Parts: sequence; C-alpha cells; structure tokens
Amino acid sequence: MDVPEGLRYTEDHEWVRTEAGEGVVGITAYAAEELGDIVFVDLPKVGTKLQAGTPFGAIESVKTASDLYAPMSGEVVAVNASLTEKPELVNSDPYGEGWMVRVRMDDAGALTALEDAVAYRVRVEAA
Amino acid sequence: MTDAPVVEVAVAEPSVPRPMFGAALQPTLAELSRPGRGGGKVAHPPADALDGVPASARRASPLALPELSEPEVVRHFVNLSHLNYSVDGGFYPLGSCTMKFNPKINEWAARLPGFAALHPLAPDELAQGTLELLYELQDALLAISGMSSVTLQPAAGAQGELTGILMIRAYHQARGDTARTEVIVPDTSHGTNPATASMAGFRTVTVPSAPDGGVDLDALRAVLGPQTAAVMLTNPSTLGLFERRIIELLDAVHGVGALAYMDGANMNAVLGRFRPGAAGFDVMHLNLHKTFSTPHGGGGPGAGPVACAAHLAAYLPSPLVVRDGDGGYRLERTGERPTSIGRVRAYQGNVGVLVRAYAYIRAHGASGLCEVSEDAVLAANYLRARIGEAYALPYGGPCKHEFVASDQPIRQATGVRTLDIAKRLIDYGFHPPTIYFPLIVDECLLIEPTETESVETIDTFAEAMLAIAREAHDHPELVTSAPTTAPVRRLDEATAARHPELRWRPMIGAETPCPT
Repeated sequence: MDVPEGLRYTEDHEWVRTEAGEGVVGITAYAAEELGDIVFVDLPKVGTKLQAGTPFGAIESVKTASDLYAPMSGEVVAVNASLTEKPELVNSDPYGEGWMVRVRMDDAGALTALEDAVAYRVRVEAA
Repeated sequence: MTDAPVVEVAVAEPSVPRPMFGAALQPTLAELSRPGRGGGKVAHPPADALDGVPASARRASPLALPELSEPEVVRHFVNLSHLNYSVDGGFYPLGSCTMKFNPKINEWAARLPGFAALHPLAPDELAQGTLELLYELQDALLAISGMSSVTLQPAAGAQGELTGILMIRAYHQARGDTARTEVIVPDTSHGTNPATASMAGFRTVTVPSAPDGGVDLDALRAVLGPQTAAVMLTNPSTLGLFERRIIELLDAVHGVGALAYMDGANMNAVLGRFRPGAAGFDVMHLNLHKTFSTPHGGGGPGAGPVACAAHLAAYLPSPLVVRDGDGGYRLERTGERPTSIGRVRAYQGNVGVLVRAYAYIRAHGASGLCEVSEDAVLAANYLRARIGEAYALPYGGPCKHEFVASDQPIRQATGVRTLDIAKRLIDYGFHPPTIYFPLIVDECLLIEPTETESVETIDTFAEAMLAIAREAHDHPELVTSAPTTAPVRRLDEATAARHPELRWRPMIGAETPCPT
C-alpha cells in the first residue's frame, strides 16, 4: 500500500502535504482503491472557508458517493481543475496529479494532531 | 437461462455477423431500419396538414425515426425481454429491495376495467368503487402501522419520506417552534433519508451505530437538542437488524421536543409483530411495492403511503379519501383541511399499485401477513447460517428479513472482491445480491431471500455462494473474469459514467436509420 512519508493522514483517508506553508489535500491510494473507478469529483470554489472535520466536497465512484472531509481549517486558494475532465487522475496518481485543493491553513500546527505515514499504514493494513 | 443456442457476439469485431434472433444482444431498431418499411395501415395525413403551422415552427428535416415492420418490432422487443432477469424467471436476492414474487391475482385485480379505465378526474359519484377500495386500504395500513391517519398519494418511499418530513416541518412551524434546523440520521439508514432532510431544508446530522449495529444512544443524545426537528430511523435497519433500544431512543427524541420518523421500507420483516405508531413513532412511510408485492424492478412505479399519529394528521397531503355519514366515499374538498401541506402527487397517486397492494393484503388477511414476515425472517436466517460457512457475518445473529455478509476473509486470502463474486453468481444463474451497501461494512453483500422462495431454491443459492468461495481459492480467474455466460461481460461502468453517450448515432458500417 502506497503511503508516502512526510504527509499527514485523516481518519477519513484524506492526506495533507505542506508546500510553501500551504496545505495540499487529496485522498489516499487506499481510499481510491476502495472506492474503485472515480467518475466525478465535486470541489469547492477558490475562497471557500474550510472547517476541520466537515465536508468540503464529494467524490463519486462506480461503487458509491462519499463526502470529502477537510483535514484542517483554512481558505481554499486553488483547486485541481483537471479533475473535472479527468477524475481518473485520483485513481492513477492519488498523491500527485490527483490532488484536490490547496488551502491557506488557519493553523499549520494543527496538522500534527493527524496521523503520520507510519500510523496510517498500520491502520489501513489492519483493515 | 434459456435452452436456445447462444451465439457469441463480438461487438468489437463487426465482421462477425450478429444473430437476428434469440437470447443475445440484437441490432438496435435504428440498425434494423430500412427506408420505406412500415407497420400498420394508418392513413397518411393529408398533404396540407402542416399548412396551418408557421414555417418557423416546422422541422427543417424529417425526424429520423426508424422504419420497421410490425413483426420486426415485436421480435425485437420479445427477444430483448428474453435478456431480462426477473423475479418471475429466477431467484432475486437483492437486499433492501424485497424482490418477492408478485402474485398474479394482483394483476387481475389491477386490470379490472372499473379500476383501470376510470378517468382520474371522474366525479366522486362515478368512482365509488375505487374510492371504497382506497378507503379500505387506508384502514388496513392504519391497522398495520398503528397510526391514526394516512395518505396514499406519495409515489414511492423517498417521496413518502419527503412528505413526512415536510409534515414535521409544518408541525413545528405551526407551534411557532421555528429554531429546529437539524434532522438526525443514523449511519445505517437508507441513503434517501439524509437526501430527504436536505430537500426539506434541514441540516443532516449523522450518528454512528453501536458495535451491535443498533443506534449508539450516547452519540444520539450528544447531538439531540432544541435545534433538532426530527430523527429518521430505518427500522429494521439496512443491516437487517431491529432497533432494540427503541423505547429509550424515542424517549430521548421526544424529550427534546423533536419528532420521530420511521422509514418503514423494511416492514416486510415485522408485519403483525410491530406497529410503529403503538411504539411511539410520529410518522412513517410504507413501501407498498416492496412489502405488499407489486412489481418494481427498473424503478417503479411504486407507492409510499405516509401514516402519522393524530397530532400530525392536520398536515397530511390533501385530498384524503373520506367517508360521509351516508356511507358514501369522497375526496376531501379544496380548503377542507387548510393546514395540509398540499398535494405531493397528481390525483390519488399510483392507483394501480394501490389496487395490487389491497389485493395482496386481502388475499393474506391478518394472520397471513404475520406469516409473511415470519417466513421472510426464517428464510434470511437460514440462508445467513448456510453462507456463514465461508463468508464473514459482521453482526451477531439473528437477523430480520435480510442480512449483511462480507467477502473480507476471502479477499484477504485470495484478492477476490465482492464485485467478482456478484458477477460470478450471474454464471450460476442468479441475480446478484446488493453489494457495497450499507457503506459501513467493507466488501459487503446485502442478501434478502424473501418469504416466497422454497428451501430448495435457497439451498441452491447457498451452494453457489459456497462454490464461488472455493473457486476464489482454487481457480480465482474463474471468479475475477466472470460473467462468462451472460450476453455481455463486464461493462465499462467508469467510462459510461465519465463520458455518457445518451443518444444512438449511426456508427461506421451500420445502416443509416432513415433517408433524408
């Protein structure tokens, strides 16, 4: 199972990567695998305020539709527009081209409350 | 399955001729079309028929309709119908859907010309028979639900939910209790429940289940408050479990001034054993097309009557069917019940479905309906025990009318997934169960045998499930490449969803449908 080091992971299988003080958010390879072929990703507009733990969008696969939960609070500064035409990027490259939103975080320190790669890997491998 | 020889169809290789007949994919009507071919001898309209229509409103080119003879059209649809899998053709254990056999006497009743040919706007005095049937059906549903009033209008369960929640909203508003903005929904509820709450303008709050599959009462109490308008409970739940802490749950809900909605889609498990109104629920819906056996594959039509306690009766949709002092039946008059939330469906709903449900209820009687539920629960528990030899059963037994099994142990040992098992069941001649629902169980199968299946049928299905589990270990490719006997293999669902092609267009090599 691909669980890159240096990222933080949520209960609901989102990841956060800190880049230039901002948080980039996507869903993990495990989540993408479990959902199956992704057919639609509904993302917020730039400027939307996110609140940690509450839904910021939705993802739909051939199997099911799920909410996307904000790993942290902050303001959306960019969204991955490629996912509109190519939602399959979430399956093929969940930690790269399949990223979803970039967030100006209210408190970057809050990320330390999330799981690191070791803890997340232990959890999904036990599932 | 049919004995007719199945000719392999290679869609990707147009050089292989497609069979004209039989249980295989057929050419489309547009491909069969030949210029000038026609059906019945209907007189052509006069040449000047369009003269009165302004040129700007006329089509520039003729409508490209296929041209075929009557036998071609009949054979096309009859052969297509042979591809259908139906409950009249085989076992259909689609969990949550209650695909029980639909007795043919229901069809006889619904086709009686007095019901089938009645104009929906016929005055009450010409519709006494239909109105009497609807009134008696209202009475029967009140006895079954333990409620005090009922509307037959909603066209299906989800519309029933919306009706019930709109009634709850009207109730709170009429009392000036306008700060209630939330509806609480357990995570084992039907997916339509949160959608209903949103459509009615409420915020949905989800509460998790306890390890036993029931509602986590502490989690529920933590989110209940003066902002709570209602709790929606699917009971028995989508796990096939009856909510054991129902009294405490209802006390907690009513204690904060909220109302309790019961999604009664799964009443097939508890007929004659549990009356939600007597337990203290305020409003509920019944799915007549499931519990009371009317055909509902392919999405309808259904019927989702909403029954409520006395304090909500004022808000029921109008018109209800009422009986006057002289024994005559009539529809409520406009303005007769001004607090009503109004109509939710044209006329009296899907009356054909209501007639079928009435026929089913009368044919069974009270004791027969009790037996329906007993047999549905027995069948589910028997099948559950048999399948438990190879599949995980995440919740302790016994279950109600359906149960959740999981492919998790097979997947861990072999990599074979629930989807593969479902596809392999098609090769064994069965409609697969519901898969990947409810969402809270990994790799799950939701299986509902219903009361109308014999023990031999259930055994054959159980043996197929166990055989597939063995195949997963010994010959996994058999399972992961299934189905091999169906007219089509695995469909590309992802491309179909990402790039839907909703309109037929002539392809290279195909006949063009119509001359210009």
